[in-house]
Amino acid sequence: MTAVPTILDERFRAAAAASGELDVAYDVLDDTPVGPLLVGVSDRGLCRIDFDPEPEAELERLARQFGPRVLRSPKALGLVQRELDEYFTGRRHAFDLELDLRPTPDFHRRVLVELNRVEYGHTTTYGALAAQVGAPRAARAVGTVMNRNPLPIVLPCHRVVGANGSLTGYGGGLDRKEWLLRLEGALL
Amino acid sequence: MSGIPPFERFYETHKSEVLALLRRRAGRDRADDLFQETFLRALRAYGRLEHGEHLRAWVLTIATNAVVDAARRERATTELSVEPASEDVRPAVEELAPLTDDLPPKERAAVVLRYGYDLDYDAIGAALGSNEQAARQAASAGVRRLRKEKEQR
Repeated sequence: MTAVPTILDERFRAAAAASGELDVAYDVLDDTPVGPLLVGVSDRGLCRIDFDPEPEAELERLARQFGPRVLRSPKALGLVQRELDEYFTGRRHAFDLELDLRPTPDFHRRVLVELNRVEYGHTTTYGALAAQVGAPRAARAVGTVMNRNPLPIVLPCHRVVGANGSLTGYGGGLDRKEWLLRLEGALL
Repeated sequence: MSGIPPFERFYETHKSEVLALLRRRAGRDRADDLFQETFLRALRAYGRLEHGEHLRAWVLTIATNAVVDAARRERATTELSVEPASEDVRPAVEELAPLTDDLPPKERAAVVLRYGYDLDYDAIGAALGSNEQAARQAASAGVRRLRKEKEQR
């Protein structure tokens, strides 16, 4: 087996992203305060954040949703990584990233747009979100939307709690929800 | 899109063999540039693939073409230079490509690799992910089909 030198490998991955031919460029950020995160960007913007990624399954999913030209290319993720770093260290309260929600069904997208208005350090409830999208009895459906949020952290589903104030649930696990809310000062 | 693996997996599976081929055909120094060129060409075409079969033969063909093109570029810029060794340039490939367009993929790959790149059946079998005998059969079936098409014209 001919080993491909790292420098050659990295050069190709960077050139591939720069060529504009990728459907999705992704990377796994190994040491964030909430554990490893898989982060993906398309030519339209951020398209995936995934806790505890299993790259094999995640690659298949990205290829199905955005096209087969999916490649790990750390260089392409620089901006996203910087904003996440700033967020995790408390220096950033809102993200300035283009978001690509193409594969997200319409109802989900409406809920996520509404979710995006919930500000740093504040919380809302499933029922309140449901009412805001004109479906006041759809609190459970809103819960499903939160659970399938393709861009957790950036689209702040951790800021959605139960009507009685309990944390209820989180796609990435309750520990992470608690950590994020503490970071934002929404939880003492 | 069924059957086409994510590009990441395709690249990881074939990068080592592509680099080995390029080093063998173009030398260690030039292989580095051709490595990037090969996979950028593959990436450009990847979205248009209709199935995920014979990807190995496909990328090795792209790599070989990249070597041929580089040799031609070099020849064009070096006036009065000595002809490159015939092993580096396979003009037969250019003649074969349009003729074999209509063949089924496996037969086309076998014919091009055999008569365009002068690979032996053992190597073609490996490139197609099958074996020597299957490669021989695919190439001869391809040639028969070409002959028939020629007669019908």
